[in-house]
Amino acid sequence: MVVWNWIVEPLQYGFLVKAIWVSAFVGLVCAVLSCYITLKGWSLMGDAISHAVVPGVVVAYALNIPFAIGAFVFGFGATVAIGYVKSNTRLKEDAVIGVIFTGFFALGLVLVTKIPSNIDLFHILFGNVLGISTGDIIQTLIAGCTTLIVILLRRRDLLLFCFDPNHAKAIGLNTQVMYYTLLSVLALTVVAALQTTGIIMVISLLVTPGSIAYLLSDRFDYMLVISAISSVSACVLGTYASYHFDVSTGGAIVVLLTLFFVAAMVFAPKYGILRQKRVVGS
Amino acid sequence: MIPITVDNLSVTYSNAKLALYNASCAVEPGTITALVGPNGGGKSTLFKAIMGFLSPNEGNVKIGGLTVEKAQKKQLMAYVPQSDEVDWNFPISVFDVVMMGRYGYMNFLRIPGAKDRRLVMESLEKVGMVEFRDRQIGELSGGQKKRAFLARALAQEGQIILLDEPFTGVDIKTEKQMIDLLLQLRAENHTILISTHDLASISTFCDRTIFLNQTVLASGTTAETFTQENLTMTFGGLPMTSLAFQNSEVDA
Ligand SMILES: Nc1ncnc2c1ncn2[C@@H]1O[C@H](COP(=O)(O)OP(=O)(O)OP(=O)(O)O)[C@@H](O)[C@H]1O
Ligand SMILES: [Mg+2]
Repeated sequence: MVVWNWIVEPLQYGFLVKAIWVSAFVGLVCAVLSCYITLKGWSLMGDAISHAVVPGVVVAYALNIPFAIGAFVFGFGATVAIGYVKSNTRLKEDAVIGVIFTGFFALGLVLVTKIPSNIDLFHILFGNVLGISTGDIIQTLIAGCTTLIVILLRRRDLLLFCFDPNHAKAIGLNTQVMYYTLLSVLALTVVAALQTTGIIMVISLLVTPGSIAYLLSDRFDYMLVISAISSVSACVLGTYASYHFDVSTGGAIVVLLTLFFVAAMVFAPKYGILRQKRVVGS
Repeated sequence: MIPITVDNLSVTYSNAKLALYNASCAVEPGTITALVGPNGGGKSTLFKAIMGFLSPNEGNVKIGGLTVEKAQKKQLMAYVPQSDEVDWNFPISVFDVVMMGRYGYMNFLRIPGAKDRRLVMESLEKVGMVEFRDRQIGELSGGQKKRAFLARALAQEGQIILLDEPFTGVDIKTEKQMIDLLLQLRAENHTILISTHDLASISTFCDRTIFLNQTVLASGTTAETFTQENLTMTFGGLPMTSLAFQNSEVDA
């Protein structure tokens, strides 16, 4: 009965129902993409994009256009800049990413303190799903659905691109197009998650579900399912928890997700720490 | 039957490491050609340049008169990578890897048809890997891994097959089976280029041999070129002064 109340009681508040739906949706989008990003080794790229969107949000408010457009342009622009600097200098990728994304992020901070607007920097950084406006929900839905559709249509090619880009080339596929496709949906996902977890913790939703799934399965299709279940449940439960315990929503989601990860790391049947100890020890 | 022509190819890696210099050679159509050279001699680099995975600083590659890109669009070229180029922890089964050989023939959504499935099973059969089809690719022995990727090349039905050290870590029986398979492919008019460190087996199945150490030192029929002199030149006392770039490097 207590559990039942815990679940049902908050549903009388419209804002909370909205928040639960939105974060579940965002959790799903991130979970799907997460499988590709972790396998491709692009976690750092996700982190870079999430920080690079800040000036885009500010500029979008100043120009009075939807925040998603500004965020996408700057997020994607940062990846293009990273690609350009990397192929035209002898720097390693991690250094290039570090330089570019902090540059974008700093520019955002400068702009947000200079351009008069009613943007709450705290909300960009840490999310504000409990207070999300209808306009922002629509933008989240558009960005998230576009991502899901693109991945649904191109999932096999993208998987091939992650696994063996050389073979993709050998059979005449345009790997350049796939590279930018994956980057664009990554940027779109960050945009979708902006309102839920905020840019600081987007990276958690982009990396952790895929990592949990990778520890639990060695079939990509199962990975997708496991990733989605862990991510969506963390998002929903985290939103509940943030209401009941009056804590940050993004924070609660990420803490839960991290706990799931720790559980997977320890107890995974094949790749868990316990199992590996037994195999080596026996 | 499709030939490969490599004309005056030079490749420098981004760390300014010169890997290939003025390499020119022809892989005759419908033959098995061996590519031999020491570690770091540029064999994999030549393969990658032929496959268009890296763009050369100079020179060009033609596949039956076509550019590499056009040849790939026509599914003419299959490549069996050296083992260290593959992420063996990737969550994918042997069957799915071989199926990736068929993607070029499928529609936009890459939904396999009956023919694709049949060819994948036939390819797996040819390399004796049917029973391992549901294994994750990392759960195979070294030789089985090689065969899985060979099956992918077969499924691709490319007229040209490039194999980078397919025999490394493969037992004698499996090597024999793979050689039989290559001979069968040659009989079906495929053009095959294969790099190997197993010098002893070359004369048993390779029609032609290319000696490579940063540039093409010799090439021709195995009977004529597989000489002690060429082997020493390639692997041992390379006559440094005979290579123009070596001089210029010393001068610089
Ligand atoms: N990605 C890379 N970046 C920089 N240098 C490279 C790269 N790949 C190869 N090289 C260098 O280019 C040269 C040729 O290497 P390559 O891999 O083509 O040799 P190989 O003949 O295939 O050797 P092996 O028999 O060991 O496979 C080597 O000196 C190597 O160090
Ligand atoms: Mg090599």
